[in-house]
Amino acid sequence: MNKLKKITGMALFLPIFCMVLVMAVNIFYDIASGNFAFNFFTISIRNGVLYGRLIDILNRGSEIAILAVGMTLVVSASAGTDISVGSVMSLAASFCCMLLAGYGVSSTNDLAVPLLVGVLGGILMGCLCGAFNGFLVAYLNVQPMVATLILFSAARAIGLLLCNNLIVYVRNDSFKFFGGYTGFMPTPIIIAAICVIIMMVLLKKTALGLYIQSVGINKKASRIAGLNSAKIIFVCYVVCGLAAGIAGIVGASRISSADSNNIGLNYELDAILAVALGGNSLGGGKFNLAGSIIGAYTIQAITTTLYALGVSSDVAPVYKAIIVLIIVTIQAPPFKAYMKRMSAKRALAKGGAAA
Amino acid sequence: MKGKKINSNTLLLLITIGLFVVMYAVGCVIYSSKGFTHLQTFLNILINNAGLLCIACGMTCVMLTGGIDISVGSLVAMDCMFLAVGMEQWGLNAGLLCVLVLLIGLVFGLVQGFCVGYLEIQPFIVTMAGMFFARGMTAVICTDQVSISQNAFFVGLANMKFEIPFGAYTNSKGVLQVPFVRLPVIIALVVLVLVFLMLRYTKFGRSLYAVGGNEQSATMMGLNVKLTKLKAYMLSSFLCSVGGICFCMNTMSGSVRQALGLEMDAIASAVIGGTLLTGGVGNVIGSFFGVLINGTISTLVKTNGKLLSSWSSIAVAALLCFFIVLQSVFAKMKDSKK
Amino acid sequence: MDNHVVLTMRGISMTFPGVKALDNVDFTLRKGEIHALMGENGAGKSTLIKCLTGINAFETGEIHVEGIEGPVVNHSTLDAQKKGISTVYQEVNLCPNLSVAENLFIGREPKTKLGTIDWKTMVKKSEAIMADLDMNIDVTQNLEEYSLALQQMIAIARAVDMECKVLILDEPTSSLDDNEVEKLFRLMNQLKAKGVGIVFVTHFLEQVYAVCDRITVLRNGQLVGEYPIDALPRVKLVAAMMGKDFDDLASIKSDESPVFSDEDLLIDAKGLSHKGTIKPFDLEIHKGEVVGLTGLLGSGRSELARVIYGADRNQTGTLKVNGKEAKINAPIDAMNLGMGLLPDDRKAEGIIGDLSVRENIILALQAKRGMFRLLPMKEQIELADKYIDMLQIKTASRETLIRQLSGGNQQKVILGRWLATDPDFLILDEPTRGIDIGTKTEIQKLVLKLAKEGKSIIFISSEIEEMLRTCTKMAVLRDGAKVGEITESLTQETVMKAIAGGGTNE
Repeated sequence: MNKLKKITGMALFLPIFCMVLVMAVNIFYDIASGNFAFNFFTISIRNGVLYGRLIDILNRGSEIAILAVGMTLVVSASAGTDISVGSVMSLAASFCCMLLAGYGVSSTNDLAVPLLVGVLGGILMGCLCGAFNGFLVAYLNVQPMVATLILFSAARAIGLLLCNNLIVYVRNDSFKFFGGYTGFMPTPIIIAAICVIIMMVLLKKTALGLYIQSVGINKKASRIAGLNSAKIIFVCYVVCGLAAGIAGIVGASRISSADSNNIGLNYELDAILAVALGGNSLGGGKFNLAGSIIGAYTIQAITTTLYALGVSSDVAPVYKAIIVLIIVTIQAPPFKAYMKRMSAKRALAKGGAAA
Repeated sequence: MKGKKINSNTLLLLITIGLFVVMYAVGCVIYSSKGFTHLQTFLNILINNAGLLCIACGMTCVMLTGGIDISVGSLVAMDCMFLAVGMEQWGLNAGLLCVLVLLIGLVFGLVQGFCVGYLEIQPFIVTMAGMFFARGMTAVICTDQVSISQNAFFVGLANMKFEIPFGAYTNSKGVLQVPFVRLPVIIALVVLVLVFLMLRYTKFGRSLYAVGGNEQSATMMGLNVKLTKLKAYMLSSFLCSVGGICFCMNTMSGSVRQALGLEMDAIASAVIGGTLLTGGVGNVIGSFFGVLINGTISTLVKTNGKLLSSWSSIAVAALLCFFIVLQSVFAKMKDSKK
Repeated sequence: MDNHVVLTMRGISMTFPGVKALDNVDFTLRKGEIHALMGENGAGKSTLIKCLTGINAFETGEIHVEGIEGPVVNHSTLDAQKKGISTVYQEVNLCPNLSVAENLFIGREPKTKLGTIDWKTMVKKSEAIMADLDMNIDVTQNLEEYSLALQQMIAIARAVDMECKVLILDEPTSSLDDNEVEKLFRLMNQLKAKGVGIVFVTHFLEQVYAVCDRITVLRNGQLVGEYPIDALPRVKLVAAMMGKDFDDLASIKSDESPVFSDEDLLIDAKGLSHKGTIKPFDLEIHKGEVVGLTGLLGSGRSELARVIYGADRNQTGTLKVNGKEAKINAPIDAMNLGMGLLPDDRKAEGIIGDLSVRENIILALQAKRGMFRLLPMKEQIELADKYIDMLQIKTASRETLIRQLSGGNQQKVILGRWLATDPDFLILDEPTRGIDIGTKTEIQKLVLKLAKEGKSIIFISSEIEEMLRTCTKMAVLRDGAKVGEITESLTQETVMKAIAGGGTNE
């Protein structure tokens, strides 16, 4: 009993548990459909690139992982979520493609400006959106979710405007690189890894993590101890916007186009879900980046598994919504209190029986 | 002491009404050649936004408690799809389907309200889950676009015209145009009046204000805060379903991507109408004008003809942003006064 | 039970983790009396009231209310209200966004035949209630349109209209001006005439003598005594609250006070203030000097220190640090000038609950160094161990979450946090509250040691004795203003007289 409690109390229990569960489902599915039982884990090289369901999950999960990096900080510092990340991804992608193709051009093979300008432009746009959100939350004290609601609806529309209501195709190999392959490795995996590593190093080598958690746990006390709470919250939102910008570029590069209506659609839910699944409280405070990252890939594994089981992409949100509800319910204080009372009652009943 | 002073809340409402008048007047001046001055243009705004009005009324109630409900857009999509598929593919009775839709709304709201009120989960998270759930369920019912054309009863309802005895004019072809509204407008206006009366004259209505004003005080004064919240979300989802039926009468179809971003319009309408995001202040009359402003913007964009439709959602978002900042400034001013 | 008694509490005890909050306390309230409940911070006043109104559960003892058979146990304020015990708190517990009439009647609105709210009757009844209390105001206006005093009275009106026998007023006058207080007193006297028993909790001595009939004094969770107002003159009341019977007290002479020259001047404040909390004040602090701020709770002793530190922004006057004019907009500015503040509200402003002891200790130093110069882990551990050792912090390990520590140990961690920044000037606001005697002495010794090292300290405490032992100078505060300084003949007697103010007793 005690041992069980120790294991379930571990920081990364929830995400790892979910991951194992998903893998188990996959194994059962493979056995049931008569495939090799560990089909899920097999990695092979076809056409000179890595191939396999695991690779697919790592690849497709890149955007969510990148978003989760920013979202974790936002949740920790401001006890709220940034629901605009999906839309901001789309805006960043549109802006980048618009720069690369030139305004009003719907399809191009040649780049109008150097690749770097376009990509940096897109990422900068993401930061700008983050700064807008951050300003509202940190300096005007608007509730995070309401503040980000503005860009949640406007960013996609602005993206459409930038692209003149068209889907802008950039059919250029150098642009395809971000969503394609580096050698045999899918580039998105590398980009996600770099983002995660940079953030990990930042957290390890600077006091950023301490500052953010401190502000998230007790804003007043942090101020007395010399932290500029508003500035720290602001920075978190900018980082979140930056992450959305990067994810947007990757998303656009995958399909060599800026499809404003579809890039980043529903990604805000995935990113929030990743953070919650990673064992982080949506009420802010302590966070565990590793948990969020595992959470992100778990989400992707769930999505991929759902697709493998024949669930369409339109229906998948139903399952995810249910998972979100279960996780937040488990985290909810009244539920915890109820469970405690129940277990106390059970213990009492046991004690009574023994006596 | 006597004589109502203008406080910041009334000021917000006045700004909104003024904004609407100015906006409409500008439209009349610029687009008078395109018929903007006719009464029918105004009535069309009502017809096109009847569903939104119902939803905004529900949203206002939820926002009064300090909460928010972003599931409404998806719920409308689910309702429309359910109606369309029910009529076209399952061949069910339209009346029965409408009742079912309303029931679905109630149950949907019950679950959300329980999570917010009794489990104390943030309203945003709960209703976001609700939003994705409803959108996904829409796809579960059917992934294609389904048009309603065979159900005579429903088509009849949707095509009903209620003529207005004044404001008629003869158009360029010499045909007399009598201004009219459709059934959804009547439903929406009835909802508006009922919710207005409920907020003013029932214990539940006043409890919504009390809970939003100060939750702790409300508890101390003996109100059941949890139940009030639960009821608020049920009401929102129910009115959303009513709005969904109105919406369906306009579009006569169901599709997975229907009513995308409608929650945004509803929230924007309420906020523009003077409902405070922090709860406790607001009125459906304000939300009514919020909806009108919303409708006027999209009508202006449409009448222009050259502007992209995304301009209207950007304009609404900009307005929302403006009012949020305004509220924040007012709140700061109030704080510094104390 | 005596016919005139409406409420008796007998032998009430309750413990918070590690602290005996109430120890066998008795309290008796009679019909038509105004009964002051007095005591310093942590004496147990609010805990006693919370036990009565059902917010806290007491462990032993009994409560009896007139007209109710058997002992009464309330589970919520609502419960208490139904039994005729109403409470009006310092923060008005009404809804500011509703009209006055609604606030009076919410939850029990008059209804029309249709079951809807009968606004006409409600307004009429409300006007009658308010007129009854000599307040002719427009009851259809929102509550927030009225002054805090009126809101306070409306809260009382609601309580009274719900037919209460016992009315508890918990610090109702803290945010009222003299005029408003006057009005409130008139109302209290009216209610008294109607036979309501009123419990009046306040820290304003003058107000106690203005309206009360009887005083019960608590100290450290124990009953000191119940006195008729005439039997307890002002200075004796202060003595009772502070814990020394001052007639018997042998005055402790402080050490020879060191002489400070102007060159040693560290802090030179001229006319600093913060609207609503502290009126303009001057204060000079020399290097190596320990200045005590004394006064009752709410007198502005914490607020004065907060203004210097920038926790509340200074609005007037100038502050010179080391002879140079300093602009302090936020605590970090003050920290860069070598200051530190140990706030009195440990939970809200001191600890970062979910962080470890180590992280809590290094936080301020890290904030000072800036984000990009992270303290190497080795140094963090050394620092944490150093202060855990030096301050004898009882913790399972340096990685234990601070919220799992007892209050006293949490306080030591925060103290360690500031010592780690090696400050020139340290403000200690109630550093010894809720700490056992042994540790108290240690902290006092530490203060003296720091002073000897040339650091300046502001020391704030409710215990005069402790201040006498450590301070070389005391500034006296009353009602949000600095009213004087005592540099010579620092004795219990002079200090208490200065705190009590208002000249002699009646």
